[in-house]
Amino acid sequence: MTDIPWLTLAIALPALGGLAVALLPRERVLAAKWTALGVSGAVLVLVAVMAARFAPTGGERLQFAEVYPWIPRFGVNYAVGVDGIALVLILMSAVLVPLVVLAAWHENDDADDRGKGYFALILVLEAMMIGVFAATDVFLFYVFFEAMLIPVYFMIGRYGRGPQRRAAAVKFLLYSLLGGLLMLVAVIGVYVYGGTFLWSELVGPGGALAGVDTTAARWLFLGFFVAFAIKAPMWPVHTWLPTAAGASRPGTAVLLVGVLDKVGTYGMLRYCLEMFPEASRWFVWPVVVLSLVSIVYGAVLAIAQSDMMRLIAYTSVSHFGFITLGIFAMTSQGQSGAALYMVNHGFATGALFLVVGFLIARRESSAIGDYRGVQKSAPVLAGVFLVAGLAGLALPGLSPFVSEFLVFIGTYAFHPVPAIIASVGVVLAALYILWMYQRTMTGPAPEGSARLRDLSRRETWAVAPLIALLIIFGVYPQPLLDAINPAVEATMRQVDVTDPAPALGDADTTASGQEEGDHE
Amino acid sequence: MSTPLLVTAAPTITENPPQIDYWLLSPMLVVFGAAVIGVLVEAFVPAARRRAVQLGLALAAVAAAFVLSILIVGALPADGPGETLAFGSVAVDRVSVFLQGSVLVLGFVSLLLIAENRRGESAFAAQAAAVPGSEEEREHVMAGSQHTEVYPLVLFALLGMQLFPAANDFLTMFVALEVMSLPLYLLCGLARRRRLFSQEAAVKYFLLGAFSSAFFLFGIAMVYGYAGSVNFAEVAAAVREGGGPLFADGGGRPLLLLGIGLIAVGLLFKVGAVPFHNWKPDVYQGAPTPITALMASCTLVAAFGALLRVFYVPFGGSAADWAPMLWVVAILTMVLAAVVAVTQRDIKRLLAYSSVVHAGFVLTAVVAASPEGLAGAMFYLAAYGFTTIGAFAVVTLVRTHENGPEAGELSQWAGLGRTSPLLAGALALFLLAFAGIPLTSGFIGKFAVFEAAMAAGAAPLVVVGVLSSAVTAFFYVRIIVLMFFADPAETGPTVVRAGLFTGSAIAIGVAATFLLGVYPTPVLDHLLPQPGTEQGESLVATAEGSAG
Repeated sequence: MTDIPWLTLAIALPALGGLAVALLPRERVLAAKWTALGVSGAVLVLVAVMAARFAPTGGERLQFAEVYPWIPRFGVNYAVGVDGIALVLILMSAVLVPLVVLAAWHENDDADDRGKGYFALILVLEAMMIGVFAATDVFLFYVFFEAMLIPVYFMIGRYGRGPQRRAAAVKFLLYSLLGGLLMLVAVIGVYVYGGTFLWSELVGPGGALAGVDTTAARWLFLGFFVAFAIKAPMWPVHTWLPTAAGASRPGTAVLLVGVLDKVGTYGMLRYCLEMFPEASRWFVWPVVVLSLVSIVYGAVLAIAQSDMMRLIAYTSVSHFGFITLGIFAMTSQGQSGAALYMVNHGFATGALFLVVGFLIARRESSAIGDYRGVQKSAPVLAGVFLVAGLAGLALPGLSPFVSEFLVFIGTYAFHPVPAIIASVGVVLAALYILWMYQRTMTGPAPEGSARLRDLSRRETWAVAPLIALLIIFGVYPQPLLDAINPAVEATMRQVDVTDPAPALGDADTTASGQEEGDHE
Repeated sequence: MSTPLLVTAAPTITENPPQIDYWLLSPMLVVFGAAVIGVLVEAFVPAARRRAVQLGLALAAVAAAFVLSILIVGALPADGPGETLAFGSVAVDRVSVFLQGSVLVLGFVSLLLIAENRRGESAFAAQAAAVPGSEEEREHVMAGSQHTEVYPLVLFALLGMQLFPAANDFLTMFVALEVMSLPLYLLCGLARRRRLFSQEAAVKYFLLGAFSSAFFLFGIAMVYGYAGSVNFAEVAAAVREGGGPLFADGGGRPLLLLGIGLIAVGLLFKVGAVPFHNWKPDVYQGAPTPITALMASCTLVAAFGALLRVFYVPFGGSAADWAPMLWVVAILTMVLAAVVAVTQRDIKRLLAYSSVVHAGFVLTAVVAASPEGLAGAMFYLAAYGFTTIGAFAVVTLVRTHENGPEAGELSQWAGLGRTSPLLAGALALFLLAFAGIPLTSGFIGKFAVFEAAMAAGAAPLVVVGVLSSAVTAFFYVRIIVLMFFADPAETGPTVVRAGLFTGSAIAIGVAATFLLGVYPTPVLDHLLPQPGTEQGESLVATAEGSAG
């Protein structure tokens, strides 16, 4: 489709950048920071240009595809390509990384290498994040899925915060490895049954996995699903996330919660549903129930947190419940909403974590009790915090609202009861966000404490793009939906489900990919 | 054993003098010749120059043997069975040549470690015969004496390891087993420091090893009683027909089953599978670390090579009998060793238990009893060999203090990642490979063996395998945590500078671990037997060729 290997470039560029940063001498930290910023900026430009050339309709499902044999003995290919969902997630990752670099500029200045290794790890991680979304070979996907853990492990364990960071890093790694290893069994199973790893050859009615018997397919589905549920994370395998996020630098947390966890929900949509359609339909209700538990449980626990990092982590457990609910509602609105939710949640949670990071930079604490009346001394910071928080509770006008609304419509069309239960999560969201804001930002500043500086120019630049995106996509989400919808339609066809009549929602979001395809 | 029986067992010699294809045997002959010359060197070369001569000789012989192996593998028919030599007692096929080549390469790297001689101080005792702590010992240390006999001993061991997986009858295999083991027993007792530990390890290894050899030999007797022959092809034919010439009515199964069981004990002891693994931690800990590296890599390759040949060729026809036994052994090995390893506090013991777990992983491929399983196990062994030598090489460098003994206690390793990031980074890579993280050779190996097991319908075994990998990951990760995330202890270890030899051993380990993980295709496609072609069945085919 194109002669320029866009995706390979987007993977290779940060990987080489990470290597370059790692090889810089120890004392040249400033050069390392600028290299990291420059490389991640260049990746953003590259990905943006690629996105502009993406044809949402009328083109093939997987665009910018490249396939080269890698390990022919096992039928493994280096195969990359994107559909609309993968594209917007890659775009989101590429947006977040430079902002994280900017926000983390001074975060690790007191580490023994003054943070040089941290920036190298961020770039390596970016390469793997783009790779995991771009992979269209199940083996390659697994390689990125597992290899990604290592940089994050070092980012938490070596550059994390507080005495708990080692334990948190180990907990994170072991949880993820366990899930990953179960998935390895399923990956091997896919090869044994299907004889290939190429996603495009595996899925579909004529695909290599079409003939697998029902029981085996359900086991394989479970192998993938458990790994993705741990990654997402879903109740009851979520416990690593608050620990990991609480011990992370805010920059790490943005990438961990904003991007890495999305791999779980993305994997459900791309791999679980499309490779095992029958099993997916069979598991709908258990997953819906788990999602509802995640939504309510995450929200309730978020209210009870006294640490902002952990609070945001729990809100994410709740939000991921919405995403999985949308995916397994098996309606086009639900899945479009879920895909959109993944992007919006990345921006909203990213902004929240970054603002908490700015607070930590000022007072070395993420405890809610250590802040009061921040608004008085740092109005811009407080304002940004408020906007990001409101995005987190899905206020209309900010982008998460659109996705949450779509998920609700989709779920209601699937069955009213889950939608009604899920709405409890919305109410609780208002509680945990506003209460946190009230306790930290409003009221009189405590006596005798130093005034907090307001946002510096660097910090403003780090967070402003996110706020802008939240507002822009809140008002005009159509570009994202245009990219996502055809992919969702294709997924729905693979899973062999149709929207129940009468279809709800507005005309924009129900426009089918096929109709749009005719415009070309 | 009685000689008359043996004569009837061997094929009749019709040629006089017998024709032997020395070309195909040359890799073994070169190593054997060098070992013998090494013994003469001990006698005739002045002590001052002995080490250089011995080392040069050993490295040259191993390298030459490796080159010969490559030439032989190139000359073997591309996808046909191999050949049997010396009246059907040695099989030369792709499998045995690959395993021999692996043994030689890994042996070469181990020799580099063995040769390390920091300020005139090697890993071996100055005078093994001197009582530990005695005045005599001190005199020898002061005089800088060295045991250069180490090199011919290693060559003899390597000869046995080359022959072990290539043996095509049980008696040759037994001879190979002893040629391989006896030098190792001796080498284990030669550690320079903690000599009592080392001697204890040697005695333990010797006693248990002798015991397991007895089992092995007894098993051979049973099989001979069943099949009337020790030749693999004839045993295979008897097993397939359900009774040898002695049991034309199809009886004698108890003899066969006993034989399989007893021979399995002998072989499983050598690979260190549970419940025959107890020697491993003690021996790995007590032996001089370079010898541990040699055992952990080369011995494992050779022993699994022999195990694969025995189960696939003579006993291939009764897979239904031995597969359940190996299922149990594999599960026990993976689970028990992984759990026990978690409690270890000494790096060498931990690596020993880890080696036991890895033996369990390879066993899952043996259970598959398929060409895929064979290829998977072979790849795993080679890949694991490089990684484990590298890991032990790192162990030799971390000392309690300058000129002190190795810092075995894990707690002493705290903060190593901050004081010597390169060394710790290399070890971290090896540990991640052990854990089977993608982009390392360990992952490809694990995939290969588990894929073979799964394709053969052993899915539960694979699930146990991945669960125990998760447990093993716990203690590998703990070491990484200790090295990178903990602050260096005040009494922290001293890292001695890697000499040229140790440095190259680690570099080779890192390169192999990474390359085999990122691009294993050349090895998988060109060196291993391909499933679906005749090569895949070459083990069986070779044996049958020799029967004709």
